[in-house]
This record gives sequence, structure tokens and C-alpha cells, in this order.
Amino acid sequence: MSDVKKIATRQAYGEALAELGEEFPNLVVMDADLAASTKTAMFGKKFPERFFDAGIAEANMVSMAAGLATTGKTVFASSFAMFATGRAYEQIRNSVGYPKLNVKIAATHGGISVGEDGATHQCIEDVALMRNIPGMVVCVPSDYVEAKAAVRAAIEHEGPVFLRFGRSNVPVINDREDYKFELGKGIVLKEGTDVTIIGTGICVDSVIQAEKMLAEDGINAQIVNIHTIKPIDEELIETCALKTKKIVTVEEHSVIGGLGSAVCDVVCRRCPVPVMKIGVQDVFGTSGSCDVLMHYYRLDAQGVYEQVKEFLGK
Amino acid sequence: MENLELMKIANKVRQGIIISTHAAKSGHPGGSMSAADIFTYLYFEEMNVNPENPKDPDRDRFSLSKGHTAPGLYSALALKGFFPFEDLITLRHLGSYLQGHPDMKSTPGVDMTTGSLGQGISAAVGMALAGKMDKKDYRVYTLLGDGELEEGQVWEASMYAGFKKLDNLCVIVDNNGLQIDGRIEDVCSPFPIDKKFEAFNFHVINADAHDFDSLRAAFKEARETKGMPTAIICKSVKGKGVSFMENQAGWHGVAPNDEQKEAALEELKKAGEVLCQM
Repeated sequence: MSDVKKIATRQAYGEALAELGEEFPNLVVMDADLAASTKTAMFGKKFPERFFDAGIAEANMVSMAAGLATTGKTVFASSFAMFATGRAYEQIRNSVGYPKLNVKIAATHGGISVGEDGATHQCIEDVALMRNIPGMVVCVPSDYVEAKAAVRAAIEHEGPVFLRFGRSNVPVINDREDYKFELGKGIVLKEGTDVTIIGTGICVDSVIQAEKMLAEDGINAQIVNIHTIKPIDEELIETCALKTKKIVTVEEHSVIGGLGSAVCDVVCRRCPVPVMKIGVQDVFGTSGSCDVLMHYYRLDAQGVYEQVKEFLGK
Repeated sequence: MENLELMKIANKVRQGIIISTHAAKSGHPGGSMSAADIFTYLYFEEMNVNPENPKDPDRDRFSLSKGHTAPGLYSALALKGFFPFEDLITLRHLGSYLQGHPDMKSTPGVDMTTGSLGQGISAAVGMALAGKMDKKDYRVYTLLGDGELEEGQVWEASMYAGFKKLDNLCVIVDNNGLQIDGRIEDVCSPFPIDKKFEAFNFHVINADAHDFDSLRAAFKEARETKGMPTAIICKSVKGKGVSFMENQAGWHGVAPNDEQKEAALEELKKAGEVLCQM
């Protein structure tokens, strides 16, 4: 696997903004002193007159973004997921969500894959926080290709969107001819009958690798990439539940309020089947490298493989 | 417009505040009354707005950062012609387009959804940034309470506005001296207010919130100030215009009952009649 191309989704975000700036003259980008890390600096360099660094003041950044949006701008406001959605939660809810303004909260450094910075900077609640806001679209791209497509889709969608990008380099898994991104539509990566494993974000790669290990044990898993957690692809989830009778969700996010919860909301209502939620089990993060932490929290291929086996009682 | 005309309108704005909060059986009359003359001056003298075209991209903008004083804003908007004055009695009722706090999506003439303190000034800064970016001539106004100055976000926004030299932005502080828990200097004093805004690179003007000559001079000076935003600190009286409501923190978030409404309207109408004889 050493020849697999690895790029961080935040890199895709920065590149996409810089590429799309020309096509969308109303695009405005804001940051809170993290432009080099969130990669919004790439847009800032190319379109300085449409880039605003608010300084270390996330609350003000988000409400200013709302004010800019009232004049017809499409505004991306970026920081680390912790500060964008945590510190400025109420500004997102009241200044952006409630008036349905055209602001995209594009957060990088989501999840425990942030790595060494540790728990204060590892946001594992962002999806839960954003999912609760009426009308907010919540999207967690799985790789470079999907992240780029998601930025365009967010621009073309009128209204608030939350995008979660990661810090670490992750494999490019969607680099294929027939790849198609559509907000709200899940992607079946492999058909199977014994269990459906649904991944989001960088955990989709863990799911793809785990499936191969399960196959060697004679387990035929269906695997699905859910990049849009809200609105979630209910039809697809129901189809999977009816087909495989068991579902596993995988996310580098708290199991409270994230992908697993969103899938359970659908399954409970439409097609009750057992669901196992693989994720961060109601604990804070900790320091360590990305790979070490993905293993420690059992979110790598090995961790997913083992937990699916436990779930299936095999 | 002559001061006398503005005074007559402000008197009606105050009547609207009493009528609407009484009908809602809740709301914030105290801070609405202290800001009534400011609302009147903004909508009838200062701002370039047109009720026939409330979304005109070239209009001046107003963000009511002290969003709880929506009854004052609604009353002024109704008198300006954005919607019927009679609808003020639907304030805070289910299905009404007059929400408890300003909602830009439901009320004609409301430029920003506000109510959570500190956010309205940031939105105004965003609008002013957009104006500069688009090379538009419109001005942006935002009204803050003095208690609201305790919110940290106010100073994040002010720091950015001063830094960006947004001379198309005018911040107005309704300095009525009272917040829910009592006198602002007893709760968490924001004084000296003028020196704080000066330190954030604002041009600062002190004015009398209930004297139209003072307001006229202040807003003229603000418009003529280039290279920095302006803050107008307006000394005001909470509950202004109804004797038993004046300077009472208790009237921050309590609506008048039937008896109080009648007494308040009688006093306001008498004051209005006096104005009409002048």
C-alpha cells in the first residue's frame, strides 16, 4: 500500500477555494488566524480583496460572515473544528442558521486525527453540534477528491453548510472515472449481505481495508460512504438495513450525536435492526500521532475488523 | 424634518411600544422607550430606506444589536410604512411576522436577525465590510445597549471595525444605565464607554438620546468622519416618556398590564396633544 497517494482533505479545501474563486465572484473567505493551517491562505493570496482574516476571534468572524452574507455574498468561515463549531456555536445557530444565511462553516482539524495537539484541539462533537441546527447541511468528505467536490457543492447550495476537513494526510480513495458527488446521497462502495458497514470522513478508508480482512474470514460486508450526514440518505440506509439486517457505523467523532446517531435515527423509525456505533466512546482525545491514535481508538482497519467480528459474534 | 415632527413621531413610536408589549403580555418596553427617539431619527431623518423597496441593495442598513428592543424597531418600521401599525398587536403571538426578537426572514425592513447580544454589531461590521468591498455608498448603523457592552464579542467586533477603518459604520450605544439585574455600574461597569471605543480606534461622540438637535449634530458628525468608524454614546432614560416607567430596571422585560397600558397611553397622548399645539 506504500504507493497510495496521501493528501489531507484540508489541502483539497484550500485548492478548491482558490480554483473556484474565479468562477464565483461573490465568494468571500474568512479565517481566524489559522489561514496557513486551514489552507484558506491559498484563496487569500489569489483574491486578497475577498479574504478577511478576523484574527483570533471566531465568534466575531461567524457573525461578520452572516452580515456579509446579507449582502449577497457566499461566505466561507474557517477555523479548527473545535473553535469554529465549539466556541462560535451560538453565533452559527443564531446569526447563520436561524436566518438561513449563505454561510459555509468550513472547519479543518476535525476529529482525533489532529494528533499530537491533544484533547483541547481534537473536536469530536462538531457533527453533533451542527446536525442539531435546523436547515444546516453537514458534510464530512472522505478524501481529496470528495473534499474538492464538496466545496463546489457547498457553494452551489444556497444556505448554511458545515464542512469538516482533516489535518492529516489520508489516502485518495475516490480517484476513479465513475465517482459522482451529490449532497445527501450515500455511495455504495461494495455490495454485501452479512452486514453493512457505513463510514464517514477519513474512516471510509478504514472501512474499505477492514472489508478485505473480513472477506478473508468469509464475511461478505456491504460498505457505504456517507459523506453527507445531514440530510442523510434515508432510502439507502433503509435498503441496507433490510438487506443485511445489521449495520455498523464508523466515524472519528463521538458516538453521541454523529454519524452513528444519525443512522440510528433512520433505522429506529424506518427499519429497526441492530446497529453498532464505532467511534470515540464518550471520552476525550489525547496526544499521539494520527496513526497511533486511529489505532488506539480502534478506528483503523484492524480496529474496525475486530469490532465488526465482535458484533457479528464471529 | 423639523424636530417637532420627529418628536410627534417618537411619541407615536412610544405608543406603539406600549400597545404591542401590552398585547403580547411580555417583551421589553424599558429599553425600547429609551431608544425610541434614536429609532425615530434613524428611520425618519438619517437612513436612506424605502418601504416600497425594503431589499434595495443600495439602502442603508440597520442591525439592532440590542434585539430585545424589537418593539421599538417594529413601531418605527410600521410608522415608516413597512407594514400596518395595527399589526403591532400581533407581537410575539404564534404565526405573527413580528417575532419576539428581530427576524430578517419574516419582517419587512429588518436587515438582520438579532437578539443574542453582541452578534448584531458583528453582523453590522460584516455589512460595512461588504459595502467597502463593493464600493457602495450605503452606511451601516447598529444600536447596542450599555449592558450589552459586557459581551466580549462587542469588543471583538469593535477591534476589527477600528482596525479596518470602517467609516461607513456607525455604532450607537443606548446608555440608559440599567440592565436586568440593576444599575450597570453595580453589575459589571462598562464605564468609561467613550474611552473604550476611542481605544478601539473609533471616533466617539457623546449625545443626548432624547434631544433631536443633539442627535442631528452627532449623526452629521458621524457621516462626515472619514478613516474610522464612529460610536455615538447616547445618554438616555430607560422607560423614557411614561413617568412611572422611567429609570426603573424593573421595566426592562415586563409588559404593562391593562391599567398600566391605559395610564401610559393617556400620558403619551397628552404629551402628543401638547406637541400638536406647538
